[in-house]
Amino acid sequence: MEQRIRLRDGAFSYGDHEIFSGLNLDIAPGEVLSILGPNGCGKTTLLRCLAGALKLKNGTILLNEKDITTFNTIELARNIGFVFQDHTMSFPYSVLEVVSMGRAPYLGRFASPSAKDISFAESALSKVGMLHIKDKPYTEISGGEIQLILIARTLAQEPQVIMFDEPTSHLDFKNQALCLNIINKLAEQGISMIMTTHNPNHALLFPNTVAMMNNGKFITIGKADEVVTENTLKEIYGIDVKVFSVPDPNGKGKLKMVTPWFKNPPELN
Amino acid sequence: MSKKKIIILIVIPLLVFYVSLFVGRYMMDPITVLRILLSKIVPITHNWSSTAEVIIIQIRFPRAVLAMFVGAGLSISGSAYQGMFRNPLVSPDILGVSAAAGFGAALAILLSANIWELQLAAFAFGVLGVTLTYMIARVYKTTPTLMLVLAGVVVAAFFSALVSGVKLIADPEAKLPAITYWLLGSFNRATYKSLFTVIPIITLGSIGLMLVSWRLNVLSMGDDEARSMGVKTESLKLFIIVCTTLITASAVSVSGIVGWVGLVIPHVGRMIVGPNHRWLLPTSMALGAVFLLVVDDIARTATPLDIPIGILTGLIGAPFFAYLLRRTKGGWK
Repeated sequence: MEQRIRLRDGAFSYGDHEIFSGLNLDIAPGEVLSILGPNGCGKTTLLRCLAGALKLKNGTILLNEKDITTFNTIELARNIGFVFQDHTMSFPYSVLEVVSMGRAPYLGRFASPSAKDISFAESALSKVGMLHIKDKPYTEISGGEIQLILIARTLAQEPQVIMFDEPTSHLDFKNQALCLNIINKLAEQGISMIMTTHNPNHALLFPNTVAMMNNGKFITIGKADEVVTENTLKEIYGIDVKVFSVPDPNGKGKLKMVTPWFKNPPELN
Repeated sequence: MSKKKIIILIVIPLLVFYVSLFVGRYMMDPITVLRILLSKIVPITHNWSSTAEVIIIQIRFPRAVLAMFVGAGLSISGSAYQGMFRNPLVSPDILGVSAAAGFGAALAILLSANIWELQLAAFAFGVLGVTLTYMIARVYKTTPTLMLVLAGVVVAAFFSALVSGVKLIADPEAKLPAITYWLLGSFNRATYKSLFTVIPIITLGSIGLMLVSWRLNVLSMGDDEARSMGVKTESLKLFIIVCTTLITASAVSVSGIVGWVGLVIPHVGRMIVGPNHRWLLPTSMALGAVFLLVVDDIARTATPLDIPIGILTGLIGAPFFAYLLRRTKGGWK
């Protein structure tokens, strides 16, 4: 079967400092992969390699069965979108102006968006439910809304793959859920997605593939249901956890969730 | 941008230009000025003094044109740099162009060069200064914004020290005042010869910046994000640096160091048309041209002395910037 992304024997290092090595994974069209692991385990570096922003030291990445190093900056941007963890506010562009920037890989070096590009941006905005704020300065909207319009900007690139670097890290409870819901919806439209996350519950919320990463290696990779277990979580985080499951109110299987658990809670004096 | 704004931004500079030709210590009536100008294109009976014609054609016309081009050039450069550095406190000389050009000019005066050689030296050193900055800032085939800013500080400090050195050994009777006066900036050296060298360069640089004006929006999202949207950030940044350096170095070479214009005008532009560089760049040009021309009119009419323009732009620009700061409480971008 044709895969969107194949990683074979991937390794990366900064100088002598190895970040990860020996990694393999396949991502099919419409598949969501969550990379779960502690701080500094190499998740973000891996994500940037898969996006073609960093070059592997070893191994290969195939994008649509073609070596990713043969894609130039523009071709990469047409295929792969990237939603960064932090966005430093720029000038108070309107929301629509920001989303239109996603059309850059389709525009000539000296061109600016045409009416067609603008309507493309508008439809990307409506996909994330934010069309109603299109004329607002993007510096004056909430953190949750900003995350959604940055996703819309990425959609305007018409990518087949979107990378999310901890997409929920700055969001409140509701916006975390909204953001994950949109990621799941986009997957249904055939876009493949890779996201790094710190929250095992986010990896369990939707049926997706999970790679558990620690010290630059995958401890395990497979269906969320099967690989996010008390044992694997203890292995990568070093603390005891409990996994609970309750029947899904929609009647579709079970809802699973994770919570840390202390055998001997630390006493505070 | 609305049609009304576009028309205003074209009409006002032309109007101010026209007014600038007849105000001055030698006042002239607008009709005569118009007739003198037209006489250069169509035959008209001469009913004015030859003094009037010399003042209009040889002095005021080139001076006003130069002031407008320098104002427009410094302002579009400031807008482009503020976008590229994603920082509203950036001015066109952030990479050390003015300090280096100042040294070139001071050195030329010290060596008793003629005005032509002085301009060439100022331009060449301006370009050299920015080249040094760029080379210092280059790490791992990239030029991070912060590195550029810091390298610019280093280069500017170095050339400022050299200027001080030149001043120290310059003849205090003749050359030191000339250096000091030059560094403060003035348009009274405007000649057609200088116009013909400066205008093409400023025009070319400005066209270059206008061509990438929309890409500047994308670049202002940050290097990583811009790259993820398919923008080749390194070549775009280099292109912008080349354009602004050509503009600023040629402006400084004929007019000396005119501060504050490139810092303040982009803010006024954003207040009028918003931050989209597609509109901000041309708007800044129009505003900068009008601003510097009006300030130069003040410089040459307010006192019998031709006040150096750099003093006036500082006196007007700094309080205006303070007002902007207070008004927006630092919340502007």
